[in-house]
Amino acid sequence: MSSPILKLVAQRIALGIVLLLAVSVLIFAGTQVLPGDVAQSILGQSATPEALANLRAELGLNDPAYIRYFHWLGGVLTGDLGTALSSGQDIATSIGGRLWNTLFLAFCAAVISVPLAILLGLLAVRYRNGWVDKLISGLALASTSFPEFFIGYLLVYFFAVKWQIFPGISTVYDGMPFLARLQAIALPAAALTLVVLAQMMRMTRAAILNVMQSAYVETAELKGLSAFSIIRKHALPNAVAPIINVVMLNLAYLIVGVVVVEVIFVYPGMGQYLVDHVAKRDVPVVQAVGLIFAAVYITLNIVADIASIVANPRLRHPK
Amino acid sequence: MADQQRKSDVLLDIRNLRIEATVYPPGEPPKDIVIVHDVSLTLKKGKVLGLIGESGAGKSTIGLSAMGYGRGGVRITGGEVILNGRDILKGGKQGLRKLRGHEVCYVAQSAAAAFNPAHRLMEQVVEATLLHGRATRAEAEKRAIKLFRALSLPDPEHIGERFPHQVSGGQLQRVMTAMALCSEPDLIVFDEPTTALDVTTQIDVLAAIKVAIQETGVAALYITHDLAVVAQVSDEIMVLRHGRLVEWGGTRQIIKEPRQEYTNALVSVHEIDHQEKKPGAAPFLSVKNVTAAYGGGDVKVLKNVSVDIFPGQTLAVVGESGSGKSTLARAVTGLLPPQQGTVTFDGRPLANRLADRPKEDLRQLQMIYQMADVAMNPRQTVGTIIGRPLEFYFGMRGRERDARVAELLDKIEMGKGFIDRYPAELSGGQKQRVCIARSLAAKPKLIICDEVTSALDPLVANGILKLLLELQAEENVAYLFITHDLATVKSIADSIAVMYRGEVVRYGPKSEVLKPPFDAYTDLLLSSVPEMEIGWLEKAIKGRRMESAGN
Amino acid sequence: MLDIKRIPLPALVGIILTVLFLIAAIFAPWIAPHGNGEIVGDVWQPMSAQFWLGTDNLGRDLLSRMIYGARITIFIAVLATALSFTLGASLGFCAAVLGGWFDTLMSRFVDLLMAIPTLIFALVVLSVLPSTLVTLILVMGILDSTRVYRLSRAIAVDIEVMDFVEAAKLRGEGMRWIIFREILPNALSPLISELGLRFIYAILFLSALSFLGLGVQPPDADWGGMVKENKDGIVFGIGAALIPAAAIAMLAISVNLVADWVLNRTTSLKGGRG
Repeated sequence: MSSPILKLVAQRIALGIVLLLAVSVLIFAGTQVLPGDVAQSILGQSATPEALANLRAELGLNDPAYIRYFHWLGGVLTGDLGTALSSGQDIATSIGGRLWNTLFLAFCAAVISVPLAILLGLLAVRYRNGWVDKLISGLALASTSFPEFFIGYLLVYFFAVKWQIFPGISTVYDGMPFLARLQAIALPAAALTLVVLAQMMRMTRAAILNVMQSAYVETAELKGLSAFSIIRKHALPNAVAPIINVVMLNLAYLIVGVVVVEVIFVYPGMGQYLVDHVAKRDVPVVQAVGLIFAAVYITLNIVADIASIVANPRLRHPK
Repeated sequence: MADQQRKSDVLLDIRNLRIEATVYPPGEPPKDIVIVHDVSLTLKKGKVLGLIGESGAGKSTIGLSAMGYGRGGVRITGGEVILNGRDILKGGKQGLRKLRGHEVCYVAQSAAAAFNPAHRLMEQVVEATLLHGRATRAEAEKRAIKLFRALSLPDPEHIGERFPHQVSGGQLQRVMTAMALCSEPDLIVFDEPTTALDVTTQIDVLAAIKVAIQETGVAALYITHDLAVVAQVSDEIMVLRHGRLVEWGGTRQIIKEPRQEYTNALVSVHEIDHQEKKPGAAPFLSVKNVTAAYGGGDVKVLKNVSVDIFPGQTLAVVGESGSGKSTLARAVTGLLPPQQGTVTFDGRPLANRLADRPKEDLRQLQMIYQMADVAMNPRQTVGTIIGRPLEFYFGMRGRERDARVAELLDKIEMGKGFIDRYPAELSGGQKQRVCIARSLAAKPKLIICDEVTSALDPLVANGILKLLLELQAEENVAYLFITHDLATVKSIADSIAVMYRGEVVRYGPKSEVLKPPFDAYTDLLLSSVPEMEIGWLEKAIKGRRMESAGN
Repeated sequence: MLDIKRIPLPALVGIILTVLFLIAAIFAPWIAPHGNGEIVGDVWQPMSAQFWLGTDNLGRDLLSRMIYGARITIFIAVLATALSFTLGASLGFCAAVLGGWFDTLMSRFVDLLMAIPTLIFALVVLSVLPSTLVTLILVMGILDSTRVYRLSRAIAVDIEVMDFVEAAKLRGEGMRWIIFREILPNALSPLISELGLRFIYAILFLSALSFLGLGVQPPDADWGGMVKENKDGIVFGIGAALIPAAAIAMLAISVNLVADWVLNRTTSLKGGRG
């Protein structure tokens, strides 16, 4: 590991931090465009002007927007996400358990979908233009066309209602045994997996195919190497970076999928929490959760970039 | 007994080879086409056979068939490939795998792409040797270092520790040759190994390959489109066209006494007799002390360049990649405004920036590009392409314009029937002709030709050069002819500027520039151009050694 | 010109289905057997000769609701796509041709917008905006125009560096000729196929929003909203919610098949006739 790599990685991380700050501005600004304000939405249309004025002063709404932004950002950086308007609860505390639930669900879906997608992607390359390959591109077409809730409710209809193998509503609570928890999230995890699997397969296939069509793979073939050695020694070292890239991009997509899937299965996670509070127009909660989702998304993208920097031999061994 | 002897001498015997591929024409069902039609050849141990032909001749396909390999969906559908007495096409996948990298090795055109960027060179050079159990790792690496030295690679002991991107193109090509030789094969297939290199690098690599072949006694199939190159290394030459055999004979016979008309055309392709015109009284375009740079002035690509162009004459600008010859064209056209210096036209200075030039100045300076297919809008017909300058500069419309387009098509030796065609429906040579017609339509005083023949097959390129010369005589148009190919220069130029690293190192009328004594770079450049002479390579290399000893 | 026999089967199926959906959307009031909000039977009646697709959670005819749903779904998606395309493509082309500070500014801003998942950002914005159709179309169109911007800029930049564009510049052609005569004709086919994909995305995005209760508001309902209305029946084994969900999938697949075919057809021509 030499200095150009460290420099590039440091640059990428710094860029990510700048991006995150810019995103926080954008999210904050996005909630300021409304006609009317938070005080109005808390008290409703029938509120007296005095009550409104009092609440505005109390919430600091009379300050200019940038002061409120820095106030909010300062809070976020110190772990204080503010209080929910609708319930008066501390947002950070409400989020804690839910964030963990969401990450657990996403992690389970990733653990199943990533190896499966890579394996199937490899198979598609191995039997290119055969029926496996055609099946995979068909599935990819379906998966980009199916809304998440179609997949979700199909699973519920068959696995929970008709055959009654898994619960259709994913109730989890603190201190739940691990296996019971796994059973509870089986269907949402399966739905998420199906949502990202086909796309990930297709992109993995394209990444490997791209490497397999390069001249150095032909060289290896003309040296008499077996198909397996060619993939192991020559294709894989060069395909790792693009595959990591594909995986990270799809994990980022998973974040979006999680919102809808949590609502389908009434799973107590971040997505459900966000949707509930958007409906209640509870701006502080929406800002906080939106920022967390964006942060995860940006982090995954940075990891993807760093992976491709580190895997590039030209950067690892400069002239 | 003698017959027996002769038979055992034969290393490779290809009989009635037939190769097919499936093509997918747009809007039609896919169909199979034959790309090699029943070609037979034999190669004796330790001999070199050159396979030569234009693009689409099937030469690479035949070369690869010696390893039982079909590139990109190409299938061997008939015939036998007998190597060391057995038909390799009958050996199955296992048999082919045992033979590749062991009995037959391959050297690709672009070594830069053929080496795996993720592994060190040595790892890749000895890979086949170890795989086939030809030597232990220590022995193989020792042999590789010996080969690196024989191929005159710098620092042979340690070059193997480097990664492909850390080594130059010419060196990589030699490392690839070492890789092929390392497992001590009986046969090496060289697939255009020097085509992608600059001419001064090509000669070194060519010499290294020749020495290595002689020292190891390996047999070789040497595939190239350049007859002069193949004449230096091979014992016999086979001329191919459209997947069929044209002529096959000893090297001397092919280049001195070709029996087929096509071979003769290939041999005499560069011989255009062009009488040098004496420079007129006053140049109509002069470039004076021009300095230009990319990237905001940091990378100077043109340094203090001055040249003159006379009416109706050709100035050829010659140089290798990175010499700044194309940048000179960009500076003259105003695409890259010079930092210093001026371009004067008809006695008055031309605006530096393209945007500041009046339409009339733009009309007088036209340009033709290297890649004709991207120089024309694929969504416009030939009629629109040639007709637009007529409309734009002369306001011609309707029938008047169409008549002039037809006239121009006639000038470039293409019929009226082409007016409604799209560029995708033309051959490479026809595309370049349409580009020439487009530039002529503006009735310019100067046409800048940027490597206009480099992407074309020699015979087609020759036709284009002849056309350019005829048009010059008819229209009295001047050319600024940019090229890396000295042979073309001799055929077309009236004066020559040799460029090296952004500077003009030699400049004058053709006869003076090509007359000794030479400066060091021009000498190197001139002596590197392969000539269709047996023994030219040795002479050229010897000349160089003497010179470096003298210096 | 276009020989029907030469259209591959998947594309043909796609075209027919898409046209059927469009007909349903345009002629909804004439086709639908019952009114959109009319309660005609019991809650969640099974499919029968009277109610081909059964009834919904309030006893309305599901088939009629589906037909009216097609109308509102396609109407919003078409407008949002049109907005995202006009906005994204014109800005993208300008950025590519003008370059300079405009390009840098636009591209950085788009990078920023794309750093937040679209659905999340839409939720953030919708939390404060009034829930009207106009808001919905604007939010969907603007957020999605980032993707169109990136694609059209990339295409235009690719074409802009080609020699034929340089040749036109050397000839002295103006900006209008270069954009409309040199660049646009060559950018058209990838853009048309992207149009299909963006339309699918708009349908899916709208459905997701409505499913979450943040899109089309009752008593009107698009297909996503109908899934939401009927989702509680699923646990009782009533598949009413699956029907609008399947319709979304079917429409998306049909358009996908058509877009795929258009892309393949135009790329294989390599710039020839057509």
